[in-house]
Amino acid sequence: MSELTRERGLRLLREMLRIRRFEERCAELYQAEKIRGFLHLYIGEEAIAAGVMPELLPDDAVVATYREHGHALARGVAMNAVMAEMYGKWEGASRGRGGSMHIFDAATRFYGGNAIVGGGLPLAVGLALADALQKQSRVTACFFGDGAVAEGEFHESLNLAALWKLPVLFLCENNLYAMGTALERAQSQVDLVAKAASYALPAARVDGMDVVDVGDATRSAVAAIRRGEGPRFLELVTYRFRAHSMFDAELYRTKSEVATWRARDPIALLRARLDLGEAAMAALDAEVVSEVDASVAFAEAGSWEPVERLTTDVYARRPP
Amino acid sequence: MKTTYRECVRQALREALLRDPRVFLMGEDVGRYGGCYACSKGLHDELGPERVRDTPLSESAFVGAGIGAALGGMRPIVEIMTCNFSLLALDQILNNAATLRHMSGGQFEVPVVIRMATGAGRQLAAQHSHSLEGWYAHIPGLRVVAPGTLADARGMLPTALADPDPVLIFENALLYNLEGELPEGAGAVDIDHACVRRPGSDVSLVTYGGSLPKTLAAAEVLAAEGISAEVLDLRVLRPLDGAAILATVDKTKRLVVVDEGWRSVSLAAEVVARVAEEGFFSLDAPPVRVCSEEVPIPYPKHLEDAALPQVPKIVRAVRQVLHG
Ligand SMILES: Cc1ncc(C[n+]2csc(CCOP(=O)(O)OP(=O)(O)O)c2C)c(N)n1
Ligand SMILES: [Mg+2]
Repeated sequence: MSELTRERGLRLLREMLRIRRFEERCAELYQAEKIRGFLHLYIGEEAIAAGVMPELLPDDAVVATYREHGHALARGVAMNAVMAEMYGKWEGASRGRGGSMHIFDAATRFYGGNAIVGGGLPLAVGLALADALQKQSRVTACFFGDGAVAEGEFHESLNLAALWKLPVLFLCENNLYAMGTALERAQSQVDLVAKAASYALPAARVDGMDVVDVGDATRSAVAAIRRGEGPRFLELVTYRFRAHSMFDAELYRTKSEVATWRARDPIALLRARLDLGEAAMAALDAEVVSEVDASVAFAEAGSWEPVERLTTDVYARRPP
Repeated sequence: MKTTYRECVRQALREALLRDPRVFLMGEDVGRYGGCYACSKGLHDELGPERVRDTPLSESAFVGAGIGAALGGMRPIVEIMTCNFSLLALDQILNNAATLRHMSGGQFEVPVVIRMATGAGRQLAAQHSHSLEGWYAHIPGLRVVAPGTLADARGMLPTALADPDPVLIFENALLYNLEGELPEGAGAVDIDHACVRRPGSDVSLVTYGGSLPKTLAAAEVLAAEGISAEVLDLRVLRPLDGAAILATVDKTKRLVVVDEGWRSVSLAAEVVARVAEEGFFSLDAPPVRVCSEEVPIPYPKHLEDAALPQVPKIVRAVRQVLHG
């Protein structure tokens, strides 16, 4: 474990708190029917996005899943744009077309927001292939869940990336469940590091509740990838504190299991490590909450894209 | 008996499992979780994990395994959560299920049933809103059905299981909460024929699946304007019941097709083409299609609504074929 400067610690804490407060507000806005469709919350898993993103350079690329609000925020996509996207407003990150599951942002090379399990992995391999062919020393960070490990895309992508020594950082967010299916009911080999390593790429397991560990592991993996050593795989062991989506009775796990993991809340863990008192925490929280408030105001004030524009952005050139 | 479409699907699954030991259900979260649309709720506890089998997220493998198990003498019912994810299993469905009988010179058969949810309308955005039944209806060797009523949700499955060929069942996700009356003792129904759901004389509205309730609602609006619309529910998308399509057009002389698939190269296009080829002289006006707009389905409600067939659009289309 590297030495944790107070400055880095506070930055990480703020980032996790931004994600937490943002999503708690999203859950309320979902109840209020301001946000519709599917909403998958990242609450409990914040240490991963918050830990990984500071280790990437602005020119690196990020590929994420439908549970990607935290990744977008930590990557630097403006909170206003993310919230407006949740509403489906024209001012949203994806102009409202995508919603919660499809946040895209070219400025930060944030390539979504993919709602097909495993769908992002081949895309990440391709982004990295483009970098390799163009002699760019950029890294593509690809996030996916434990469920994706069962899909062919996972296996095909790891093999291809390792075979061609492509600059991809595979980040498996193992929250122990794919919807209602526990890992051991979906995998013959539950050791995901062993599984990844079978494709001959270095793989490691990280405590996904410890944001500092996540950051440190990412830092060394990214450095190796940038040196041209090929892809790396990290399994980040974590837990989602909330339901899979807003339609989930959570009958597949016990309250005591959830409570055990909640006791390892990544925000509380870091706060304790920083020994941050009530007043300092409250002040930080107030700042974060006011940013969330502002994003809601921004989204509320946003506009609906005129319906006459329905078929825009299907092709570069409008069909005749 | 008052019930729901979801409950009809569940009862059909339960009955099939109880009736034939060769039948088993498999798919993502169909077991302990009870299915992501709760269509198999309770069946895992009642019948056990062998018969109601959870799979990993591996559409290609478990759909292919269903095809293989059918080849090997079982009668699998494979559930793909939604048709959006069936694309990962498309190779198995198209290159194995649909072709094995033919490629083997008739030696082998694949009596598998593959069920999946389809359709848009819940603000789930582009990747979760596809209507791909028309794509599958393109494929020789498959039978493709789309239950649009409670009786069909209840009765198509047993007939599909009795069929020696692969049958795909598309359940529009918006129908699961549909409530209505199901006659006591309702059971197997045919999977060969279209069905007139509302007789009429001025115009034929041809539709299926999730568009059926919208089309019936449009017919109601039209009736208030003094227009008598006949509603034909295709029910079976492949092979199409061409005779029923021609019969209704012959009766009303006017055709509107309502289909949630994209307009170009669609099932709706096939219906119109059949009428153009075989019923051209019974037409008094050019047919009109009400389909999804040529755009991936957008998230915001106002845009999604505008992208999909809706009652007012159907009504406008009918006015167009009647009055030009
Ligand atoms: C190919 C595919 N199959 C099924 C689904 C439905 N689905 C959405 S999320 C999910 C669970 C994925 O679990 P995991 O990869 O562990 O990610 P988590 O939700 O736990 O973050 C499933 C089955 C899907 N979106 N795509
Ligand atoms: Mg998971």
